[in-house]
Amino acid sequence: MPGGKTLSCVLALFFARAAFASDSPKIPNIFRPESTPADQIYTISNFTLIISGLIFAVVFSLLVYAILKFRRPVSTDDFEPAQVYGSNQIELAWTVIPVLIVLVLFLATARVTQSVQDARPPAAAVEVTATGHQFWWEFRYPALGIVTANELHIPVSETTSPSPTFLTLLSADTDHSFWIPLLAGKTDLIPNRKNSMWMDPHKTGLYVGQCAQYCGTQHAKMLLRVYVDSREDFEAWVAQQKRPAASSESVVAGRRIFEETACVNCHAVAGTIAEGRFGPDLTHLMSRQTIASGAADNTHENLKLWVKEPEAIKPGSLMPAMNLNEHDLDALVSYLETLR
Amino acid sequence: MSATLLTPSTLESQWTLPSRGRVGMFCLIAAESAIFIIFVVAYLFYIGKSVSGPMPRDVLVLPIFATICLLSSSITIHLALSALTREQPGAFRLWWFVTFALGAIFLMETGIEWHHLIYDKGLTIRTNLFGTTYYSLVGLHASHVIVGLVLLLTVLMFSLVGRVSTEHKERLDVLSYYWHFVDAVWVVVFFVVYILGR
Amino acid sequence: MSTDSIALNAVNAAPRPWSAVVHSWVTTVDHKRIGILYILLALVFLVIGGIEATIMRIQLIVPHNHFVSPQFFNQMFTMHGTTMIFFVAMPIVFGFGNYLVPLMIGARDMAFPRVNAWSFWLTAFGGALLYLSFIGGYGLYGAGAAPDVGWFAYAPLTSPTFSVGHSTDFWTLGLLVSGIGSIGAAVNFVATIICMRCPGMTLGRMPLLAWMNLVMGAMVLLVISPLTAAQIMLAIDRFLGGHFFDTQAGGSAVLWMHFFWIFGHPEVYVLVIPAFAFISEIVPVFSRKPIFGYPVMVAATVGIGFVSFGVWAHHMFTVGMNSYANSFFALTTMVVGVPTGIKIFNWIGTMWGGRLQFKTPMLFCIAFLFQFLIAGLTGIMLACVPFNWQLSGSYFVVAHFHYVIVGAILFALFGAFYYWFPKMSGRMYNESFGKLHFWLFVIGFHLTFDFMHIPGLLGMPRRIYTYEPGRGWEIWNLICTIGVFFQAAGILVFVANLARSLLSGKLAGSDPWDAWTLEWSTSSPPPEYNFAQTPTVASRRPLWDLKHPEDPDLDL
Repeated sequence: MPGGKTLSCVLALFFARAAFASDSPKIPNIFRPESTPADQIYTISNFTLIISGLIFAVVFSLLVYAILKFRRPVSTDDFEPAQVYGSNQIELAWTVIPVLIVLVLFLATARVTQSVQDARPPAAAVEVTATGHQFWWEFRYPALGIVTANELHIPVSETTSPSPTFLTLLSADTDHSFWIPLLAGKTDLIPNRKNSMWMDPHKTGLYVGQCAQYCGTQHAKMLLRVYVDSREDFEAWVAQQKRPAASSESVVAGRRIFEETACVNCHAVAGTIAEGRFGPDLTHLMSRQTIASGAADNTHENLKLWVKEPEAIKPGSLMPAMNLNEHDLDALVSYLETLR
Repeated sequence: MSATLLTPSTLESQWTLPSRGRVGMFCLIAAESAIFIIFVVAYLFYIGKSVSGPMPRDVLVLPIFATICLLSSSITIHLALSALTREQPGAFRLWWFVTFALGAIFLMETGIEWHHLIYDKGLTIRTNLFGTTYYSLVGLHASHVIVGLVLLLTVLMFSLVGRVSTEHKERLDVLSYYWHFVDAVWVVVFFVVYILGR
Repeated sequence: MSTDSIALNAVNAAPRPWSAVVHSWVTTVDHKRIGILYILLALVFLVIGGIEATIMRIQLIVPHNHFVSPQFFNQMFTMHGTTMIFFVAMPIVFGFGNYLVPLMIGARDMAFPRVNAWSFWLTAFGGALLYLSFIGGYGLYGAGAAPDVGWFAYAPLTSPTFSVGHSTDFWTLGLLVSGIGSIGAAVNFVATIICMRCPGMTLGRMPLLAWMNLVMGAMVLLVISPLTAAQIMLAIDRFLGGHFFDTQAGGSAVLWMHFFWIFGHPEVYVLVIPAFAFISEIVPVFSRKPIFGYPVMVAATVGIGFVSFGVWAHHMFTVGMNSYANSFFALTTMVVGVPTGIKIFNWIGTMWGGRLQFKTPMLFCIAFLFQFLIAGLTGIMLACVPFNWQLSGSYFVVAHFHYVIVGAILFALFGAFYYWFPKMSGRMYNESFGKLHFWLFVIGFHLTFDFMHIPGLLGMPRRIYTYEPGRGWEIWNLICTIGVFFQAAGILVFVANLARSLLSGKLAGSDPWDAWTLEWSTSSPPPEYNFAQTPTVASRRPLWDLKHPEDPDLDL
């Protein structure tokens, strides 16, 4: 069935294109935190689970006991049991105990809430401004002067010299939510409002997540990839992103098509006349492993398909079909593939 | 057979519960108050947040005359109902008519104010946040005044053909609660829009 | 003494033409008929909503499925949620309340019978208007589209910029209309319970069902209005160019959230409190003991009513409110769990020392107790703000609220159906098929909603028409979908049982359960006027007093 074939194709492509050695995204299990906010959430979650579990065990046992012990026996005498109306002492007991539980749980909750929410960025923090769009992520590093889309690179944060990443969250259109379960709880991106969150990943690797607030037709494919790099790898990546767009004589035709059709209305390529902000910045398109915010791998076929017929990859996305003939399409894609 | 069920008892004559009409009207007033509170909260929240366009202090003039009319109508409706209790249908009709007229004058004044704001000051519901919240809140109140006036007019017409008497006192009391509610809402709206908001 | 002899024997009346029957139902102002109309409306929408859910679950059975398009899926979850809350749960709660409250308090009818009928027809019309969107959503531009903005319709997704066409307007207007109907129904409930109790029935002697409908009615008055206000504001934005939620003009998306959830959270208590009412009436009868702690149950219900107005922002913990606001709402949310827990203990206390009979209504009530306990505990987990930052917007939340609405409310409703069906129809249902329905539904419910918590814990957000493979979500989605078919089978057995029993079930008599409240003193079904003479009561359980004059019910 179509689903199965697509599944195996995607899996095959995935493993084939592993540019990073340890690249298989880990299952985003909230109980396997790898960053301080997620760690703190994990601790208090366990506390809450234990308390809930105890309450459940007690009440469940009482209920099961009552059902078993007070079943009406199959006998002929039909008397009514003692008509008990209540007991003030029991009511008091099972009011006071829950109130105490609530108090304890609340104090623990408030402490962790404050600790995560009110953290201030240290000097060595990497600052990223994330802007949510329908249906892609814009990432700017104001201090470093770089801009990318959909795939976030951040440095690993060592306990000896922490370098957490602090994100400022904005939105260009509707509500979105940034959620990478292994690294932090989610925070919403809301238009006309500035939110913030932080994470300090302990290990390198690829972390996956996706938009967690319904934002329109393609909310489901507004995927997130966070690459936690070692310090060296991160510096290398930043240096590469800072370079202006590659320009090559062999793709002059494709570049002309890009700059003379509607592409430049939405997309930007640093150092050229393309300065559109509605869609992702394409200056270093080929440094990304996926396109269409994770909806497809960054391959020649997919790039071509995306430009020709976005509806085939992400129906309802705001990328229009560009209606180019086959020759122009090939030239354009050749140009795009030089944007490393 | 026990006498606890299905027998009329002396208890029945002492068994009095609140009147349905009053309780029903209080419930309606509670629900309407909740709607107004939300509009007032939106108004307060957006004070000073308009990105452009005329600001309240540039265009709003205190509607003193209209307010006096509307608030006096609460007094006159009370006078009308007192007259009804004393079985003075003429006085009842007079004060009832005055109530209606005062409400109608209030509405007219609101219309004049809006005309001025729209055509002379360029403030419409879509101009900015102030325009949106102002017309919505004052308009919501005005729509309740209109409903009240329709009810008042209906009663007036019935009384003109002599069909209203003391036996209707309780129902008219219930109607007057609605009218007092409309006036009370105006006190809040006036304060929020013309005093706080400016 | 029974009133059977006073009631008209419907079997002997001459058969009327069906047009006369339809006319009498359409123009009725009798609370019993209006109650049944509400219940039938709810059942029709339950089936429609269930089909919408089934479509979604089939789409999600494997990753990257192509059963429906993303656009259609988004309409499905919007319509499913909107339908189930506004056109299934609300009407069914009003329906049972309408039927039972006057009978239980010894009244002839509701306080305002014509307003009652008007409220029902407004609700029905609102539902029809909402569903008209399927053919009218795009206005003139061909085939329609149902709203696809989610049942809580967050701004600015609902603004004219992002919601083109009229699909969102069908949502707004359909709910505005039915909301006015809800307010009418609530006015009736409050006025009836306060003003029309029979002599001797002080507030402290009313059945708990009456108390809970009183609290529910009072809540509806204050709860629907914020939604109505917000929808009027949205309509002003969409039709008149207003800027209430227009973020480009300085408007606030978060303000919509506040207004919506000020409605949305107390609304779920409006739905669950009548479920509590059913449990509080059924469990005592099948335990053969009075409810344990009546005054505490009343106090707890009123307490829940009040506190529930102060918890709404726990739906907004991820929105970026400051830590003080977040902590405040965490506290209130945990606090509201206390009176809720007290009620669970009181129900167990009622069963304790009793002689339990496991008839179908009681089975559903017992399942309610287990499931509501779990639902409440996952609610406490969600109240913990940091935990919420992971769980919110995920399938954990979807599992939690379905646990409450299906596992608690719907189960209690099934119990109520079986318990009062003999009274409403005069016939007994088939007990074996009732138990079959129960077990099918329990299996299906747990298959779907127990395992639904897990994808949430593994990072699966809600409202996605498809998902990526390799994240560990596939097996759980498969299991959830399988459970749907057991539930559907249960519903089929349920409907078939009731339909067949209506036609040829055993005659029930006025009091098949040996119960104690006033409705069981009338014939089954009751005559149009309910009571030949207004009853007088001297305790909370008038029929117990009649049956046990040596041990009258105490007002403790």
